[in-house]
Amino acid sequence: MDLKEVNLSAPHSMGTTIIGVTYNGGVVLGADSRTSTGVYVANRASDKITQLTDNVYVCRSGSAADSQIVSDYVRYFLHQHTIQLGQPATVKVAANLVRLISYSNKNMLQTGLIVGGWDKYEGGKIYGIPLGGTIIEQPFAIGGSGSSYLYGFFDQAWKEGMTKDEAEQLVVKAVSLAIARDGASGGVVRTVIINSEGVTRNFYPGDKLSLWHEELEPQNSLLDILNASSPEPMNI
Amino acid sequence: MDSNQAAKQHSLVGSEADSQRTLYPYVTGTSVVALKYKDGILMAADMGGSYGSTLRYKSVERLKAVGKHSLLGASGEISDFQEILRYLDELILYDNMWDDGNSFGPKEVHSYLTRVMYNRRNKFDPLWNSLVLGGVKNGQKYLGMVSMIGVNFEDNHVATGFGNHLARPLLRDEWHENLSFEDGVKLLEKCMRVLLYRDRSAINKLQIAKITEEGVTISPPYALKTFWGFSAFENPTVGAEGSW
Repeated sequence: MDLKEVNLSAPHSMGTTIIGVTYNGGVVLGADSRTSTGVYVANRASDKITQLTDNVYVCRSGSAADSQIVSDYVRYFLHQHTIQLGQPATVKVAANLVRLISYSNKNMLQTGLIVGGWDKYEGGKIYGIPLGGTIIEQPFAIGGSGSSYLYGFFDQAWKEGMTKDEAEQLVVKAVSLAIARDGASGGVVRTVIINSEGVTRNFYPGDKLSLWHEELEPQNSLLDILNASSPEPMNI
Repeated sequence: MDSNQAAKQHSLVGSEADSQRTLYPYVTGTSVVALKYKDGILMAADMGGSYGSTLRYKSVERLKAVGKHSLLGASGEISDFQEILRYLDELILYDNMWDDGNSFGPKEVHSYLTRVMYNRRNKFDPLWNSLVLGGVKNGQKYLGMVSMIGVNFEDNHVATGFGNHLARPLLRDEWHENLSFEDGVKLLEKCMRVLLYRDRSAINKLQIAKITEEGVTISPPYALKTFWGFSAFENPTVGAEGSW
């Protein structure tokens, strides 16, 4: 390993896998938890799903600093907007505020965001806001470096009108598959479910996820393996 | 309203001294093709939004009505197209507020867009789009194009991007004055099919829009059949094993 060339001062970037999915009643947002500085994992348990209002959350990817500052500004504006309006902001308004900042500063920002939430007018909605500041409403959205590995998966696995549990299982499976192949994604899978009843946060640690191709069941130690099967211990 | 002022007013974070410039496009739309026919204009575009070489978004509407008399199709950076639609919303709003019985026709909208695109180009801050503007007002059909550097012109048939190379030769050959609606649609579909075969950013999901004196109609999304039944396709290396 070339210790001389790793850049430990590289900007914090969330390689990331982020997902937002609508179901019949609301939305499920999901993300991995790895924040990297070059090749070093600066935070292995970050929370990339950030609250904008009581009913609208955003999944952040790309530059950690840029995505944090954009969501901070949008939270600030939405707070004032809610006071003026006298009722919860809609998902569309939140998403358009994110777009405004992303588009106006397109040359300086490097962040892709997925805004998802529930409001009483439109129900559950997901808006993708990639690099450049395009806003696009979608039944589901994927983003971050890990999403490259999920286009085919979603083409096959996505169905209209899923239940809350089906949607969440789909999100967890997808993030877990992306983590398996994307070096910039890893750690735990976090999900946030938003519907008329409120918001639920879930946490799926690495050891609770399914094993994929060429992955092995984690063990405490080789010694356990050796002690378990006595007759033919070392069989490589 | 000066477009630069509009951009500055929207900028919540960047300092006024920074000149914003779209350096390179991120999410892009491919060709738009349009032609004049007997009753007005027909315009076609697929619904793809590419992210580099990935065909990332497959339901992007790239044809939009503008006011009562015009239809706008765009290729290039989608975020810039969305911003142009906001500028046009404001333009049409102010036009309506005059409440004087007049409304902007396609010539006026085309002229506005040309000024916006050319002025941004002069500031080295282009809107990264090629726009096709068509419409009918008082019986007069109009079809024009504006590029990201402000080049603009009118013609009986126009195309952007790849369409210039693949569709326009077909149009030059087969277009004639007073095409019927059916013939116009068939000709556009012929162009879109060729683009689907030969443009790697094209997807098989398109919309065709028509604008006449009566108004704008944009078709629902649909897909075209493609033909692969040439014997040369099935066995390309017969008689020359090892070749391709």
